[in-house]
Amino acid sequence: MAKVMSMREAYGAALVAVGKANEKVVALSADVSNSDYSFMFEAAFPSRFFNVGIAEQSLVDMAVGFASTGRIPFANTFAFLFATRALEMVRTHLCYGKANVKLMGAYAGLSDSFDGPTHNSISDVSIMRSLPHMTIVVPSDPIAVAKLLPKIADWEGPVYCRLNRNEVPVLFDETYAPEIGKAMVHRNGKDLTIVCAGLMVSRSLAAAEQLAEEGISARVLEMHTIKPFDQQAVLAAAEETGALVTAEEHTVLGGLGGAVAEVTAAECPVPVVRVGINDRFAESGPYDEILEAYGMGVSHVVLAARAALKSKRK
Amino acid sequence: MHYHGEQLIKELTIRALQSRIDVLKMVKTNQTGHIGGAFSIAEVLTSLYFHHMRIDPQRRDWPDRDRLLFSKGHACAMLYSVLAHRGFFDPALLTTFRSFNSILQGHPDPAKTPGVEIAAGPLGHGIAVGTGMALSLRMRDVKPSSQSAPSSRASPARVYVIVGDGEINAGVIWEGIMAAAKFRLGNLTVILDYNGIQQTGATADVMPTEPISEKWKAFGWHVQEIHGHNVEEILGALDRADEVHARPSVIIARTVKGKGVGFMEYDHRWHGASPNDQQFAQAVAELEREVAAWQK
Repeated sequence: MAKVMSMREAYGAALVAVGKANEKVVALSADVSNSDYSFMFEAAFPSRFFNVGIAEQSLVDMAVGFASTGRIPFANTFAFLFATRALEMVRTHLCYGKANVKLMGAYAGLSDSFDGPTHNSISDVSIMRSLPHMTIVVPSDPIAVAKLLPKIADWEGPVYCRLNRNEVPVLFDETYAPEIGKAMVHRNGKDLTIVCAGLMVSRSLAAAEQLAEEGISARVLEMHTIKPFDQQAVLAAAEETGALVTAEEHTVLGGLGGAVAEVTAAECPVPVVRVGINDRFAESGPYDEILEAYGMGVSHVVLAARAALKSKRK
Repeated sequence: MHYHGEQLIKELTIRALQSRIDVLKMVKTNQTGHIGGAFSIAEVLTSLYFHHMRIDPQRRDWPDRDRLLFSKGHACAMLYSVLAHRGFFDPALLTTFRSFNSILQGHPDPAKTPGVEIAAGPLGHGIAVGTGMALSLRMRDVKPSSQSAPSSRASPARVYVIVGDGEINAGVIWEGIMAAAKFRLGNLTVILDYNGIQQTGATADVMPTEPISEKWKAFGWHVQEIHGHNVEEILGALDRADEVHARPSVIIARTVKGKGVGFMEYDHRWHGASPNDQQFAQAVAELEREVAAWQK
């Protein structure tokens, strides 16, 4: 059994580290700091932490004000609130106005599973991806959170970072060295490629292991950055392996799967089978059970891989 | 209270009248733009940019400059005229307003127009953005290098936000109002262009806002009500707002939509309409007579 660690705890620690490294960093919160663990930043830097109340629109607008004076604001609330309630602020000031604001979308995907569909965030990637100038980062484990957060702080321009709430498998060690915008191959393979992000990276690696037992060689390509999208890595996977599966904790419409389908349709048409939640809302329950019930288990990736291979051989 | 000389008041008043003529030309040229809400804010904008604010058109990135956030972005024709004559860009560009390739977008864009601090147009952003800005300016300075120690100095800059009275229908306005009071932002002044008319009719009918002063007071702000076309009152109120500490300040400027041109005043149809040749000639003539009267 792989070691598991809390993503939100990793986030709180990473935010403190970023604040220690750069005094321009400030944190704003819409009164959920004990949920998303930004309270750790508040404890370390009380004069640089601002609780704006349960007011996500002014959370984003106030962060825009901080950014305009040269600070690097990290705005903290639940992912779905950035993507839906405060979206006009995000579009107007971060994307059109290019404000250097970092949106830390907590409890993304189905990870707030007991709170249920009102708190799930299954459309945030497709929404954010449609906005010019946005950058979207999806860390897949606690190490990735620690490694990507300083990159986000240094990145010039708005970033939406999609964060899982829960304890998840630790995949990487200190040698993990992501660069924003560059996909990473975590397992080589020649028969097909599983293109994945977030929690689904661990599940894709497990699926690749199972497929290997069947004699299927699957490459695992991690897209920790959904935008700017590393087209070259995806096209290389399409050309070299001839079939793709996408795996994300998100609707299959317009997110990672959509991005892969767009790129391959235009440049290198190959079978693409998308794993994710199939255009519906989930329900309350234990995280693993919900993921399994709504199509994001290891078995779903395996089935998708077999289907992609079958289409490839036609 | 400071005394503002007659000459200053006369100059600013004439400047505002001349900017109204600019706005008419800008909207007439391409038959698009918003006159009514531009005219109601003419004296306030002129008083801020030509007298009250600490700004330098030659140093647009000066960290200690005062900031103006023009939240009622649709009325930006007036902002553009004022910025141009204040030296931010060539006034000859004004009639390119809203045309292809212009630096003067339909709504303010800081990337395109020198002097514009923030994008605006979708209504409601100014107070919350200004609150973040004022809060950040009040914190200790950050040196350009992240390694260097912070100075002990907060910026002396003030943040001014101009909002419309229709605009305050938006919920995020009140989020910003609450936050600015919570953080006791003495360096934030909001000017409410209280012209009483919004796109489809009277504010009192569309979404009543009274009692406006009491509301704002109840939220913990310093409140002044003035005649928003009287330059002497505007300058006095801005001075008094500067002297308020530990809480934000709002100046409720009682104004007239379409102010300065008789047939446009109080008429919501001039929110977004463009004048024809005859209306344009009549309006310019009326404003020019007013300029001449002040110049005597």
